[in-house]
Amino acid sequence: MALEVMARAKGPIPLDVAFRVEHGELLALVGHSGSGKTTLLRTIAGLWRPEVARVTVDGTSWLDTAARIDLPTHHRRVGIVFQNYALFPHMTAAQNVMAAMDVADRYEALRILDLVNLHGLGSRKPAQLSGGQQQRVAVARALARKPQALLLDEPFSAVDRATREKLYGEIIALRAHLAMPVVLVTHDMNEAQLLADRMVVIERGRVVGAGTTAQVMADPEALRAMGIREVAAMLPAVIAEHGPDGLTRLDAATGPLFLPGVEGAPGTQVRVRIMAHEVILSRARPEGLSAQNILAGTVTQIVAGKGPAVTVHVRVGDHEILSRITRRAAEQMALRPGETIHAILKSMSVARDHVACAPDVSVLIKRFQAPICDQF
Amino acid sequence: MDWTALFLSLRLAAWTAVILLPVAVFMGRFLAFRQFGGKGLVEAAVMLPLVLPPTVFGFYMLVAFGRNSPIGDLWQSLFGHQLVFTFEGLVVASVIFNLPFAIQPAQRGFEAIAVEVREAAACCGMSPMRSLWKVELPLAWPGLMTAMVLTFAHTLGEFGIVLMVGGSIPGETRTIAIAIYDRVQGFDDRGAAIMSATLVAISLFTIAITYWLSARVGRRLS
Repeated sequence: MALEVMARAKGPIPLDVAFRVEHGELLALVGHSGSGKTTLLRTIAGLWRPEVARVTVDGTSWLDTAARIDLPTHHRRVGIVFQNYALFPHMTAAQNVMAAMDVADRYEALRILDLVNLHGLGSRKPAQLSGGQQQRVAVARALARKPQALLLDEPFSAVDRATREKLYGEIIALRAHLAMPVVLVTHDMNEAQLLADRMVVIERGRVVGAGTTAQVMADPEALRAMGIREVAAMLPAVIAEHGPDGLTRLDAATGPLFLPGVEGAPGTQVRVRIMAHEVILSRARPEGLSAQNILAGTVTQIVAGKGPAVTVHVRVGDHEILSRITRRAAEQMALRPGETIHAILKSMSVARDHVACAPDVSVLIKRFQAPICDQF
Repeated sequence: MDWTALFLSLRLAAWTAVILLPVAVFMGRFLAFRQFGGKGLVEAAVMLPLVLPPTVFGFYMLVAFGRNSPIGDLWQSLFGHQLVFTFEGLVVASVIFNLPFAIQPAQRGFEAIAVEVREAAACCGMSPMRSLWKVELPLAWPGLMTAMVLTFAHTLGEFGIVLMVGGSIPGETRTIAIAIYDRVQGFDDRGAAIMSATLVAISLFTIAITYWLSARVGRRLS
């Protein structure tokens, strides 16, 4: 069941890809531009037909070139958020949302707009909305279709960084309402890691890495295409307090983390992306060091790739932190799995957009009284 | 002032615009959205009346629709009179002669719609007809209006083709432009001047309305 995609084509972009997305799962298709990821999304939507392809949703074929099945786009229950949103410029936000409904229902359209934090903006035209607001209308319109598959085509690339950080949090919150498979196309590894459950890395139309986000982000071979410096771990944390010096204390399972100016009230849940090349390892607990975050943990594995570096997996509490160090350093330290180690992280090394709010979704559901999950 | 000729011209212009509206929508849309081999040739053929002298065009119309032509014979057997030198014949000639004025602006209007917007309409579950009605026509509207006004105004001013295909039969094929020509030939300068001024006023008014409406539509979309 769920969404299954297989596509093979010789050109214009060569493709040989197969993947599957479960209900309620967010899969990120990552790759450079020209890798074929958007072509795959268009294949699912019926906007493109590769030479050999199969798209099945909940057991129903939308496209099966072998069986000569090719449902036209408007017969596929698909919600899509385009890179530039492609809103209908002559319609208001609410009309845009209603346009995707089987039976236009203004009340319902305004409710969905509320869900994407556009309360009171239903009667604005797209030209009167900011980029972030337009993106939210596009998401609302895609949801109004009650899609069996939700497709997001680089939906954050056209907004500024601050808006993007906010939208990340909103998408994370919205996911609690989404029961359908979600496919996110992006070239941004940070975005993929913050938002996706699983990832498929595509290079020149071929899958070069696939698995859970944690697996892919720890796999130097999968990341070779996207840049080995993208190797990173993700830690869930809670904002504990904002210090007077501008540092925010986050409580993570690994112990407190001190990061510069994280936005959000104390108690807010966040996800923090920790880049492996920013983490230093030390056998002894170091003293007199400027770094604010020293986490004690256990080495679980040391993964060597082709290059001069290795990835050390360090278990801290229930979570894993990754550290990219040179093979030489690993040998000099004689690191072995099972040994205790200290992972050191410089506060300033965590970029602002590597922290995403992951709000408590129960609050949102209360705001909309009825649970919306069943509807989508 | 030859009122019969004026009303005949307005009637001819209105019929031409009404008949060309669906043609402009479907041909304009087709040429805007589809890529096919020989598209350039089709577009060139549509533009041909712009560069051909009306006499050349009129000559071929007489050959195609006149007596002893298949179309002329068919018309004769259906309606009991011939097609050329009648109002119907003028409408047919006018429709064909105005194809570039109708199709070209309509095509530009449809081309101005982003591909993603049309794809979004399909992804919203709209059938091609519904997408045309709900999304494409409202967005291509300025282009279509330009097409209709140009067609209307151009038909009012057409002379050569009318003379070739219609002649100058009062109440049947004598349009205002022909009437003006007849007055000048008959040294009735005053009559020619009045009718010419009337035609200038009507044409100016029609085109001014388009500009005013397009400005309104432009505001509505931004």
